[in-house]
Formats: sequence, C-alpha cells, structure tokens
Amino acid sequence: MPRKVAVVNRYRCAYCGACVSVCKFNANELIETFLQIYEDRCNGCGMCVKVCPMNALEVIECST
Amino acid sequence: MFDVVVVGAGPGGSITAKTCAENGLNVLLVEKRQEIGVPVRCAEGISKSALERFVEPKKFFISREVVGAKIYAPDGTEITLSEERAGNEVGYVLERKVFDRYLAKLASNAGAEVLVKTTAYAFERKDGIVRVKLRRMGEEWEVETKIVVGADGVESRVAKAFGIDTTLKPNELESCVQYLMTNIDFDPDYCHFWLGKSIAPGGYIWLFPKKVGANVGIGVMPSLAKRSPKEYLDDFVSERFPNGRIVELVAGAVPVCGEIESAVADNLMLVGDAARHADPITGGGIANAMKAGYYAGKVAVEAVKRGDFSKNFLKRYDKLWKDDFGKDLARKRKLQQKLIKMDDETLNKIFRSIPKNIKELSVRAIVLEIFKKHPKLLWDIKDLIL
Repeated sequence: MPRKVAVVNRYRCAYCGACVSVCKFNANELIETFLQIYEDRCNGCGMCVKVCPMNALEVIECST
Repeated sequence: MFDVVVVGAGPGGSITAKTCAENGLNVLLVEKRQEIGVPVRCAEGISKSALERFVEPKKFFISREVVGAKIYAPDGTEITLSEERAGNEVGYVLERKVFDRYLAKLASNAGAEVLVKTTAYAFERKDGIVRVKLRRMGEEWEVETKIVVGADGVESRVAKAFGIDTTLKPNELESCVQYLMTNIDFDPDYCHFWLGKSIAPGGYIWLFPKKVGANVGIGVMPSLAKRSPKEYLDDFVSERFPNGRIVELVAGAVPVCGEIESAVADNLMLVGDAARHADPITGGGIANAMKAGYYAGKVAVEAVKRGDFSKNFLKRYDKLWKDDFGKDLARKRKLQQKLIKMDDETLNKIFRSIPKNIKELSVRAIVLEIFKKHPKLLWDIKDLIL
C-alpha cells in the first residue's frame, strides 16, 4: 500500500527544529545538527512542510 | 546519583545549572551539539536590565550596544523608542556564540558537570527518581537523577517524554530565517523593525546591528504566510540592500503560543523555549529563559532539601514564572491575535497618527495617543496594553 511520508532535503535543511516542534506523532528528531525522520511514525500530514523556513521538507508517496 | 540533569545548554539551561550548583547541588548539564551556542538561532537582542539581572555585562560577549528601536509601518512611517522603553529585546546585541559558552562556563565554575555532543534520548521514571539514557559518539549509558530540567528548546522532546504535550500549531510559532549581512547601510545606534502583512505576514523583519554588519532576519507565522520566510526576506533584502553580502545564514522557530498551563511534571521542570516562554509579540526569548532558569534552579534546591520531586511540589516553579512573566505572555498572545489581523493600511494610519512631538515614546504613550484619535480602532485592544 502506498502511503505518504515526509522527506528532508539535507542540502536545504538548516537544522533549526521548527518541524520537530509541530509534529504530534514524534516522527522527527533533531539529533545534534541533523534531522532524522522516523518514517514508521510519520502519517504524511505535512505540518512540518508548512512551517519549514528553508523549504527543505516535502511529503511524498512511498511504497512500504 | 545527580540531583539535577539539565538538558540543553542555552541561556535557560546554563542559568538553571549555575543556580543549582551554586547552592550545592550535584548537577549535570547536557548539550546535544558539539559546540555550545552554535548554530545560533537568534537575533541576539536583549535589554540591558534583563541581561544585568543575571549576568555582569562583559565586552567580549556584547557585539553592539544600541540606544533604541526604530519601527517602520508598511509605508515607511517611522517611530522611535528609547532603549528603556523598547522592551525586553533592545539594548545589547549579544554574540551568542560567546555568550552561551560563557554562561556554560559560569555553570561549570559553580560546580556543574558539562557534557557536549551528548543526547539525553530517553527517560524512565522509577521509584521516585529518573533514569536518563545518554548517548555520545555512539556510546550509550545511564545516569540517575532526582530532577530533570528540560531546557531543550523549541524542538523539546523532554516535555513529551514526561507527558506534557507542547506541540505547536502553525499559528503558534514564527518560522524564521536570518542573514548576517555586511556591506549594508543602516543606523547602527538602533535596532530596526519592519511591520506589515506584505513584508512579513504574522511577524516582522528585523535588523540588529553587530560589531561587523548586522543580523537581518524575518519571522512569519506559517498559518498566514503564502511563501517561506526565506523568500519574503530575499525580496526585502534585494530591494533594500542590493549590494549587501550574506556571510552567515541561520534558521529557527520561535514559539509564540503564549503562557502554557504548566511547565512541570513529576521530577520535571521545563525552561525557556521548551516551556514556550518566548514573547508572543517580539519573539524574544533570552530574558524569560534566564528568569525561568533561575526560578527552576531555586525550586530544585528546595525540592532536594525536602526530598520531594513530585509535580505537586514543583508547581512552586510554575507559580514563580507565571507571577513574573506568565501573565504577560498570555496578554501578549491576545494582543498578537489582534495585531496579525490588521491590514497594512490600518497600520500605516496608526503610525501616521502618532504625533512627532512626543519626546519619550513608550508603547503606553503611543497607545494613549492613538486612542485619542481612533477610539474605535483601539477600543478592543486597549485592555491588553494599558
């Protein structure tokens, strides 16, 4: 079943943590200075995409 | 066993650790990044009184002093506020890279143990204490503590680990980008603020002078913005500072949801951005974070003395920060909700109606003046300001 998940473009990300502050699924974490997305917890709602100051996130369809 | 483990070595965390250590507690201060203070996520402004309440000002961490603030309406109409009247963020422009390290050093000098490049990734409450799982460079181990202080910023995961949901909505944060710019022309004696829906929806653009160049940044409210803050800022910069050079880029998010119900749980206190302590109008966070850190430290000392780390006891910390600035956060959140609805023409009208002959402008004086001229306009926000 294809499902939606957020992915990060590491070349754009400025590791600020904005996306982490709005994720109610605990699906991301700012580890030191890189962003880790936990795909199994992400439901593809796109809230993180909306608040990212760098346009570094997008929601894509992925087949699991 | 530690008395207190503080997660996050920003100003809030370091002041907490310093206060605890000075009072004889056994403290561990953990910072996930390998360098304290870097990358900066801040415009670096703080008022002189707010800084001096906790730290003696030192030349080496103050990048620039300013005498006031200039605020611009969308049509360019300008008002000037003197430093004492411009709020918690205007007076000193810090060098956070140096300042944050200095505060961590003060904590360390007082006796706190400091660990960098170390993540506190899990917390387990058992028998009235907390097991904190730590990870550094692939190595994992556990420490025990009586109290955890979450000073882990806007992206706080400590809060959630202890059952406090501080998840922000798109109308409860400012999404920010800032450039350190050189080769630009500005009045270096002032911090500058540009308002307006077309410039920065739900936020503003700032310019804070530094020793070299200036921090030029923007915050927008994602619920109102049609583009990313970087795109709005690039428009502004290319129009106003076409010859400017960008020598640093930082991004960040500022919680502007106002006062949260409680910043404590059993064995836990939250401090600074993690507790959403930033000012909902200005976005300034250093002043409140340091105050909160001081209060959290004081309550931790008492809690250890009593051997009581329950939520019920730690509520004393809630009372302290709420009595100091919690009500102000709530009031400013309400005011913010009104301000973000104002269109550019209304803002222009308000700015133009402020008489130039008021010598010492204060926010209060301005509101009184506007109130005389536009009673209808200001009627609904007067309670919030006066």
